[in-house]
Amino acid sequence: MPFDSSLLFQVTFWTDLLRLIIPATGETLYMVAASTIFAYLLGLPLGIILVVTSPGHIMPNPWVERTLGTLVNILRSAPFIILLVALIPFTKSVVGTSIGTTAAIVPLVISAAPFVARVVESSLKEVPYGVIEAALSMGASPKQIIQKVLLPEAKASLILGVAITTISVIGYTAMAGTVGGGGLGDLAIQYGYNRFRTDIMIVTVVILVVIVQIIQSLGTALARKLTH
Amino acid sequence: MVLRGFSSRSFVVRWPWTAKCPCSQDSNRTFEIRAPPWMARRRDGEKGPSRNSDKGGKPLIQINQLVKKYSSRQGTIIAIDNVSLNILQGAIYGIIGLSGAGKSTLVRCLNLLEKPTSGQIVVAGQDLTKLSNQELRQARQNIGMIFQHFYLLQSRTVAENIAFPLEIAGVPKKEISIRVKELLHLVGLDDKSSAYPAQLSGGQKQRVGIARALATKPQVLLCDEATSALDPQTTLSILNLLRDINQKLGLTIVMITHEMKVVKEICTDVAVIHEARIVENGPVESVFIKPQSDIARQFISTVFPNELPADLLKELSTHRDSEIVRIQFLGSRASDPIITDLLRSCDVRANILYGSIDHLRSTLFGTLTLELLGNPAQLKEAHRYLASRELKVEVIQHAL
Repeated sequence: MPFDSSLLFQVTFWTDLLRLIIPATGETLYMVAASTIFAYLLGLPLGIILVVTSPGHIMPNPWVERTLGTLVNILRSAPFIILLVALIPFTKSVVGTSIGTTAAIVPLVISAAPFVARVVESSLKEVPYGVIEAALSMGASPKQIIQKVLLPEAKASLILGVAITTISVIGYTAMAGTVGGGGLGDLAIQYGYNRFRTDIMIVTVVILVVIVQIIQSLGTALARKLTH
Repeated sequence: MVLRGFSSRSFVVRWPWTAKCPCSQDSNRTFEIRAPPWMARRRDGEKGPSRNSDKGGKPLIQINQLVKKYSSRQGTIIAIDNVSLNILQGAIYGIIGLSGAGKSTLVRCLNLLEKPTSGQIVVAGQDLTKLSNQELRQARQNIGMIFQHFYLLQSRTVAENIAFPLEIAGVPKKEISIRVKELLHLVGLDDKSSAYPAQLSGGQKQRVGIARALATKPQVLLCDEATSALDPQTTLSILNLLRDINQKLGLTIVMITHEMKVVKEICTDVAVIHEARIVENGPVESVFIKPQSDIARQFISTVFPNELPADLLKELSTHRDSEIVRIQFLGSRASDPIITDLLRSCDVRANILYGSIDHLRSTLFGTLTLELLGNPAQLKEAHRYLASRELKVEVIQHAL
């Protein structure tokens, strides 16, 4: 009996690895990459606007700053699992379906973008205002200051922010299963927890740990390279 | 020697402190000397408004009734209270004050980094307060600025930092690289072009700051405590560089500082700012010789200390027939054998308590504190003699 069950275990494990874990890893990577990219497309400009419109900065505008700041706070305070469900009609209008991996990307982006805005904001605020004033004293326009001072000077910090964001998004993708998004998190719940498949649970966790390690190491190494 | 104003060919030099000396017959004598060639020379390829408008000693920078207020919940703070100043082209104008006096706000108003509450800032004939944003950016390219903490771009090399204002001004790449090389050479950093600011010392960083500020060939250089973060040795080398640039390029320099040493070293003119107001201003020599305000006297005593120890004064005051005088002399007077002449022509004895001689820019400036011993008539005679020698005499302690 023990011999048989062990053999059965080995067979199912390797077939499951191929059948379940590899596609799930692919789904997770796809969701994380796409969500992070789109979250930055929205969040980076938002973060820049939050910084430059803040009081005493290059384009102070309390009204814009407060409105955007409040919007960001509201989106960030909504629990992701709620957002995931609440956004179903919106998701449908954007990608045509509310189920599947691609459909999960929409709420992931909506949830990550305000996070990105705050991460970008804090990176840009690390640039000493004196450097910006030096550029102003040379006759730089706000656009030139953003392009040639703020972003390049904050480059290393922004890269670290990308690593932080990506890793947070990996955490959020675990909930994508709610809308049939798949991915490693969903696999861990469906098989590892609901079907008592501890082996699958362990493998998914190990894969997630490795992914997080790789992203953080890449981010740190790149940031160090960019710091002079 | 004081630069009062000049045409393109010559300017008038005088000793202002002689003007009030009651005994000198020729107190207003003036000397005509030729302006050094750099004053008349115009630079090629100059940008911005023409210099014709400020020929003949017309001020390059005019500050008219400048007021800057900050409103907060606690009330209104007046940082600058009705300040008017004229700064001539080619001057090195020092603005000295204690921290919080408003000097930093004042210099930042000169390129409108701070927006004045009211008043005019006229630079090279343009009232900056009336310009549009676009025009102001253009005008700022004519006003370089350097800072206490340098504020270089950490992500760019030295050469790229110097290229930065040129990129902003839209100068073609080829020209930028030529100009950057010139500037690196000007500030003595030819071998550092590909270093990053983090690899430089404070003095080198400030040299990069200066090169960067000069890249667009401005007429004015504003220095906001430019040497305050540097050690004394480096401060001197940066001041020498600024003086060289002032002479080579005819650049007008406005320096904010809290160190009288800096003013003494290179400034032609000085304004003393205290509690948001200019309490006195004028050519450096006249302010040093005849300070009008307590605050100016305090600043001067930091570079020419002349306080005698209290216990010494107490001890000396027991002499019935002595008084203590401080004599200040400037320029060629500094090399006259004053004491010997004094003792030979008046029947007094002198006891030297303190003396110093130093440079005020390129002019000799000395102080001598003497105890004069003699009867009242003899002391009076000694005063008359010193006055006739055009020396500024100040009695610190009268005879009893």
